[in-house]
Amino acid sequence: MSISLLLLVVAVIGAVGYFIGSWRANALAGGKLSSLHSRPGYYGSFVALWAILPAVVVVFVWVIASPIYVNSTIRAGFPEEVKAEPQATQNLNYNMISAIARGFKVLTAEEREALFKDGAAARDVLASKGVPVAAEPAPYMLKSADDLNRMTNTSSTLLSILAIVVATAGAFLSYRSIAPKFRARNRVEGMMLVGLIAASSIAILTTVGIVASMFTEAVHFFNMVPAWEFFFGTVWDPRFAAAGATASAGQFGLIPLLAGTLYIGFVAMLVAVPVGLFAAIYMSEYASRHVRSVAKPLLEVLAGIPTIVYGFFALVTVGPFLRDISAQLNGLVTGNYSNFIQAQSVLTAGFVMGIMLIPYVSSLSDDIITAVPRALRDGSLGLGATRSETIKRVILPAALPGIVGALLMTASRAVGETMIVVLAAGVAARMQLNPFEPMTTVTVKIVNQLTGDLEFTSPQTLVAFALGITLFFITLCLNIYALYIVRKYREQYE
Amino acid sequence: MNMMSEAAVEKALDKKMNDISYKMIGKDVSVYYGEKRALYDVNLNVRENTVTALIGPSGCGKSTFLRTLNRMNDTIDGCRVTGRITLDTDDIYDPNIDVVELRARVGMVFQKPNPFPKSIYENVAYGPRIHGLAKSKSDMDAIVEKSLQKAGLWNEVKDRLHEGGTGLSGGQQQRLCIARAVAVSPEVILMDEPCSALDPIATAKVEELIHELRANFTIVIVTHSMQQAARVSQRTAMFHLGNLVEENDTDKMFTNPDDQRTQDYIMGRFG
Repeated sequence: MSISLLLLVVAVIGAVGYFIGSWRANALAGGKLSSLHSRPGYYGSFVALWAILPAVVVVFVWVIASPIYVNSTIRAGFPEEVKAEPQATQNLNYNMISAIARGFKVLTAEEREALFKDGAAARDVLASKGVPVAAEPAPYMLKSADDLNRMTNTSSTLLSILAIVVATAGAFLSYRSIAPKFRARNRVEGMMLVGLIAASSIAILTTVGIVASMFTEAVHFFNMVPAWEFFFGTVWDPRFAAAGATASAGQFGLIPLLAGTLYIGFVAMLVAVPVGLFAAIYMSEYASRHVRSVAKPLLEVLAGIPTIVYGFFALVTVGPFLRDISAQLNGLVTGNYSNFIQAQSVLTAGFVMGIMLIPYVSSLSDDIITAVPRALRDGSLGLGATRSETIKRVILPAALPGIVGALLMTASRAVGETMIVVLAAGVAARMQLNPFEPMTTVTVKIVNQLTGDLEFTSPQTLVAFALGITLFFITLCLNIYALYIVRKYREQYE
Repeated sequence: MNMMSEAAVEKALDKKMNDISYKMIGKDVSVYYGEKRALYDVNLNVRENTVTALIGPSGCGKSTFLRTLNRMNDTIDGCRVTGRITLDTDDIYDPNIDVVELRARVGMVFQKPNPFPKSIYENVAYGPRIHGLAKSKSDMDAIVEKSLQKAGLWNEVKDRLHEGGTGLSGGQQQRLCIARAVAVSPEVILMDEPCSALDPIATAKVEELIHELRANFTIVIVTHSMQQAARVSQRTAMFHLGNLVEENDTDKMFTNPDDQRTQDYIMGRFG
């Protein structure tokens, strides 16, 4: 029985359990529902949950454990001379066996018998059925493949029986426990809680997993390149070595990339913060409900545009525009019509990224400004303050910590942005202060190092993980600090 | 700014000749929140240096009327006011009038104490600073001290003027809000259920304060407590379903009201 069919059967058992559970509760109540502790639906849900959950857990565990068991049993059956070979070769052999096993499934019983008698034709026969096998299989492989198939079948049958038994037993036992005083409602509530906790722990565990995987790769990198050369190096020049060569290590200085990241982020914030903040003030304090209902979604459309589209905008519109206008300006002043702003520059990337960030700033700040109690506004207006005085002297100071938090969150987005930078500021890792020249960021270099033919043992590739974990650490700090500030702000009004 | 019609001026003068001076005169005041009408042609005059209490069951329009007196309703989307309200001789809904100046003349204390998240000193200095009432630091100190004294809070906070205003107790916060309103030297102070969030002791203090403030200010107070209306006010106006039912001397109102509905409400038969 396939896994999906099995799960369907379990679900059906659960549904049946629900109905008999509520029916039983109704019968016990004998028309007087108030004599039950919980409403009948809760007894039904209780039975259904007990039928489904343990069975699903069994299926889940089995699906993970059984291939491991099968794998080790098959390997144990390898001939001694194969066992003596290195692990990598054994892995290849096992892969071949599973390919053959897959092939066996499409063969008829007679064809299989024929293969066992004459192993030499195996490769061609399987290939003719659309199952490619890497090499001519050794005789023991055919037998192992047959074993593999048999074991998988047995495992699947066992699982089906076990899951159905567990589901039925769960339903039966929980059905037995139904009594008028039984607190089904509280039990169901408890199981809901477990489900919710499971959902949130998945999110957290995933984060931990991502960090751990990046971290292990980064450690490999730091084994090859000293940490201080990475963190304090001022030259980024990771020469790609020819395959097999070990000598050319290149230089992996983080500083130019970090400088570019912070510089472009700074320019972006310079654009996004005033515009976004003023937009938020207008939306929350001045706009009539009608204007707000139209303008706010329009502004938030900006947030829905993929960043690569902003990149196009920078590449074909903003960049050339800035370049041309700089040439004109230069010509007017000095008579020499050469541009001093490059088409790809910190300014272009920062400007376009700033536009991208406007909706984040405005939407977050809008929420925070709106959260300032109306009583404070009334108090100030009632004293004869104008709207802008009220905003300047009461609302913004009250909302300031929250706004700072929002800005920090926005900054962490700016630091993590890639596509706009690739298209608008280029990929040249340079350290300089002129905003009219190209620079690049950490994220762009991560993409750079991980595109193309990769060799996951060379520092050129592994440096991406070191960069990634550095970036993660920066944005994590920004976010934690932002959350801390926002939380402190919330306490003020509660 | 003097846009009052001659008839209204005459009327105001008439009243003055009868030895009663009206600080504010409301004539045919109606308020609409969008489609919904909240006040029906209310004619209510507020006497100078008098405490006028507005009573009535919830939703009767008393707070709405109070808020028309300094145009706080303007801050609510879709709110529309018709009729005429004058302060002395100025029509406060005249398009030429400066609503900011109006609110400086007609101050307001709200239901829930709403000190700004600033120091006690800054809370009181807020209004004078906006209106430029103090020329120097010592002027400002004097205004703050005087206002806090008028609000009966000076002795309790004089040693911690620079601590946060939100750290005070509820009753102290409300008196701080009164001091804040007083600091602008308004002519009229509107109070919207100023004691509903306070305990009985703090309430007693605020009531005592209202009594003292009457000497310098004209006060209009909305209250749910009949006893409070009887204790602090000289005139009482009863609202019901957006209509002004009756307006009378407080003594008469609570002993021998003209209108049956007032009688019923005061006796607790509805509301």
